[in-house]
Amino acid sequence: MIEAIFFLFAALAVGAAINVLVQKHVLYSALSLIVLLVSMSGLFILLEADFLAVINVIVYAGAIMVLFVFVIMLLNLPADEDGADRLRWLKFLGIPMALFLLFMILATLWNVGSETLVERQTAGTPEAIGRSLFTDYLLPFEVTSLLILIALMGAVVFAKKEL
Amino acid sequence: MIPLNWYLILSAVLFLLGVLGFFVKRNIIGLLLSVEIMLNAVNLTFVAFSSKNGQISGQVFVFFVLVVAAAEAAVGLALVIAMFRNRETLNVDRSNLLKW
Amino acid sequence: MIEYLTSQTFLLMILKMLIVFGGLMGAFAYLSLVERRVMAFVQMRPGPNRVGPFGLLQPIADGLKFLFKEQVRPTGANEWLYLIAPLISLVPALLSFAVIPFGPALQVTDLNVALLVVFAVGSLSVYGIVLGGWASNSKYPLIASMRSSAQMISYELSLTLSVVGVLMLANTLSLVKLVESQEGMWFGFIPKWNIFFQPVAFIIYMIAATAETNRLPFDLAESEQELVSGWHTEYSGMKFAMYMIAEYGNLTATVCIATILFFGGWNGPSFGPDWLRLILPTIWFVLKIAVFIFIYVLARSTVPRIRYDQLMRFGWKYMLPIALANILITSFLVAIS
Repeated sequence: MIEAIFFLFAALAVGAAINVLVQKHVLYSALSLIVLLVSMSGLFILLEADFLAVINVIVYAGAIMVLFVFVIMLLNLPADEDGADRLRWLKFLGIPMALFLLFMILATLWNVGSETLVERQTAGTPEAIGRSLFTDYLLPFEVTSLLILIALMGAVVFAKKEL
Repeated sequence: MIPLNWYLILSAVLFLLGVLGFFVKRNIIGLLLSVEIMLNAVNLTFVAFSSKNGQISGQVFVFFVLVVAAAEAAVGLALVIAMFRNRETLNVDRSNLLKW
Repeated sequence: MIEYLTSQTFLLMILKMLIVFGGLMGAFAYLSLVERRVMAFVQMRPGPNRVGPFGLLQPIADGLKFLFKEQVRPTGANEWLYLIAPLISLVPALLSFAVIPFGPALQVTDLNVALLVVFAVGSLSVYGIVLGGWASNSKYPLIASMRSSAQMISYELSLTLSVVGVLMLANTLSLVKLVESQEGMWFGFIPKWNIFFQPVAFIIYMIAATAETNRLPFDLAESEQELVSGWHTEYSGMKFAMYMIAEYGNLTATVCIATILFFGGWNGPSFGPDWLRLILPTIWFVLKIAVFIFIYVLARSTVPRIRYDQLMRFGWKYMLPIALANILITSFLVAIS
């Protein structure tokens, strides 16, 4: 039963990722990425990380992707033009290279940890994550707030009408 | 129960789809979306290992990856808007003023 | 897998989902009638009272009208997005009812992050509006959906931050445990509701929820005086009905969460014979929701609309600092007690 659910979410994730690459119009790519994020949340729930699954939807699919969709709609682009495409042959080199890299990674990963997952000692509850975040990882937590401040200033400066 | 390497294989496939998108896409926003796919694949690896070892550090690190992705998306999109204002196109091949 | 799909737990869950879904659909249909009647009485006119006694068959007539209308699609509209945008708005509105407890053991499911699931599906409903406006290929829906998406992501912050005070008091994210933590009374007649501990958070939550669900005074996106009908201008028939159901669904879901967080959910005095004791919590819950929906409909009939710049200024410069200050003060008081 759980394998069926895993395959459902995995197929949805891979299908959405392929759709992101294949679509000509960038808005459809962004919407496929939202489907990918929701299927990632499903996989997180299977891995008993339910708080992270919901945070993924709220932050990533609900805020960051809204930003993407907003910018795409604001710029109001047509579908991709096929203009200066002198490096088209790189596309035909890139796909075999990626497949080769995939084969190498899979050959390494195929037998790693093929025993089933251990019974988890610490669940992905908000309490456990909060405890770890505010005691062991307090410094990175404060540094990320600084990072967001810098990103905020950078975004405001770049999006001004006159730099 | 699901073995760990299934999650790792899925994560590798997604990461490589992100890398492929980074090679193939010519739209700048498409490149940013491919980077987001790669970050999501990494998130899945972190959570899979956190669930296997029973430690919560993997899930905490996913928070930091999420924050970095948000900051990068914000600044990247601001750059895209600035580029679009000057150039009227989002094709990366047309941003070639520094080429020899 | 087959033995799970035919097992008793699964079939019981399907039965609960069907009961909740059917009840909600009927409730939303009659909510539209309630809204029209109350608005009409505020404006000193009777409202729809022709179809059936007191207009009680009006929603059924409306439903049949929506079903039989012609399916129109504007020229140049993006056909795939035009079709699924109402669905993207409808599904999150209905999905948030999967975790809301209507009574002591009457919820479809109980998660230990249930409150965040409600906020997560609320943040996904932005896409229904954004895509509906963009896919219509017409200027008024596009302006409306731009305004609405900016408004919704601005007020989502204040919404999520305002409930952190309640969560610090109750120490749990599960809605069932939040209701159970407000049981009992002081001195025999004052109930232990969170509204007495967190009044500021309640006001911020109600204002932010009004902005999230696009109700007056924050309904710039569908302002009838300016933008014809906002993002659902080009929609007719069943797609428009889906947007309407989504709006009432969002309204009811936020009102249910407000009663659960601040007013004790289904807690209430219990009296009478055994069969009455079984259904009395649900009756208290429905009465509390009815009071808040009435307040929302009255707000719609009386309050003027807020301008866009006033709205953004209010959301970022007033609501967000007040919500953060509420968290600071609550955490300080929790730490020293």
